[in-house]
Amino acid sequence: EDLRVDGRGCEDYRCVEVETDVVSNTSGSARVKLGHTDILVGVKAEMGTPKLEKPNEGYLEFFVDCSASATPEFEGRGGDDLGTEIANTLYRIFNKSSVDLESLCISPREHCWALYVDVLLLECGGNLFDAISIAVKAALFNTRIPRVRVLEDEEGSKDIELSDDPYDCIQLSVENVPCIVTLCKIGYRHVVDATLQEEACSLASLLVSVTSKGVVTCMRKVGKGSLDPESIFEMLETGKRVGKVLHASLQSILHKEESLGPKRQKVGFLG
Amino acid sequence: MAGLELLSDQGYRVDGRRAGELRKIQARMGVFAQADGSAYIEQGNTKALAVVYGPHEIRGSRARALPDRALVNCQYSSATFSTGERKRRPHGDRKSCEMGLQLRQTFEAAILTQLHPRSQIDIYVQVLQADGGTYAACVNAATLAVLDAGIPMRDFVCACSAGFVDGTALADLSHVEEATGGPQLALALLPASGQIALLEMDARLHEDHLEQVLEAAARASRDVHTVLDRVVRQHVQEASVLLGD
Repeated sequence: EDLRVDGRGCEDYRCVEVETDVVSNTSGSARVKLGHTDILVGVKAEMGTPKLEKPNEGYLEFFVDCSASATPEFEGRGGDDLGTEIANTLYRIFNKSSVDLESLCISPREHCWALYVDVLLLECGGNLFDAISIAVKAALFNTRIPRVRVLEDEEGSKDIELSDDPYDCIQLSVENVPCIVTLCKIGYRHVVDATLQEEACSLASLLVSVTSKGVVTCMRKVGKGSLDPESIFEMLETGKRVGKVLHASLQSILHKEESLGPKRQKVGFLG
Repeated sequence: MAGLELLSDQGYRVDGRRAGELRKIQARMGVFAQADGSAYIEQGNTKALAVVYGPHEIRGSRARALPDRALVNCQYSSATFSTGERKRRPHGDRKSCEMGLQLRQTFEAAILTQLHPRSQIDIYVQVLQADGGTYAACVNAATLAVLDAGIPMRDFVCACSAGFVDGTALADLSHVEEATGGPQLALALLPASGQIALLEMDARLHEDHLEQVLEAAARASRDVHTVLDRVVRQHVQEASVLLGD
């Protein structure tokens, strides 16, 4: 049968709550609550110099902070290991086509926008990677980067001018931003969106990063156990299927929230 | 900032408040289900989250256990996106360590640690958005979280900041007011007895004005106490409705 401890099927997600624009000091932010997992992502856009090997592009930097509020073991430097692992995974799933980096360039070789994506892990209830990737996508959708113009003098010195209207911003297209689907192998079956208890029972998991079109950008096996090749192919197919559905619902929720406009009642942690 | 009037001639501050007026406080207890106690508070644009674990056995070296009371352990962390300029490290820098020690001092005065010997109480505070008065917001959030965890306390701990401009004491400073570099007083008060748990002041202030500023901070802390008291009662009422009493 297709029944888990809490009544879900093997491919069902728990109830996900997504809210954007939660923190005002950022260019974009999002909060995702997936069961007992609570993630807050803030995106800050800052002016920087393009990397030497990519002079026409801006760049994204990921930083993950595993807060001690998730578990006392994360106090001090305890959460650094998990944080670096998640940040490295995020770097790997984002490739050239995920975000249009050329739109972040202001003037080649001199100025570009650097997007610092900061993930704050507040509560850990299983399935961290999925929740974090959903939150990152929602935060990037919510990011508003101010429009700038480069003015050149007669001497050739450049000046960057910010537009006067605070609402004159460029919005990033998150069509190709991938989401991670974690599939945990428990016994002979595999499940999507495992809780902490289910994760403790599973020996190995497969992280599949899927875009909304079903393209797989990255795949990684985690866990102490081993997986046989047939299960990997099965899990990959499930991952792609589930990923497409996830993207579709996330897009509809984000568009619906955005259509409510600035008059929307912000709930945040108070609701 | 030259030309920025912190207090206008009519007595209004930059954000339209009066000198002794607090910012709007909204709070919620029991934000996270997995922690023993948690609370979230918004004081104007400053947002802080506090999570409490404990009392539980001492983690790490057993030698730190105190034979007659509990050990209070605090960590202050502010998110990298909380301030206008991005912070590189959320915690571990000197200011965060100092805030952690101050929080520890504040709560050791309020929590009845004699009731839990040889154990540890962890209080973790996270600042999500910093717009002035972060210490006060952290203390208020931590009080609610400790109450949510059911740890017995002597009294509420209510905190507020105060400053001094043009002969008037201002209560509950915002970031703009703090950034001008004038005197800032941070006060943590136990309202019922009027005892001060923590008093800290930066910059120079003439001793003649100290009384006035201290009085403004104490009055503001008592106002905070009224709000927090209402939040706790409402939370208890909601919880008892859910339990079916």
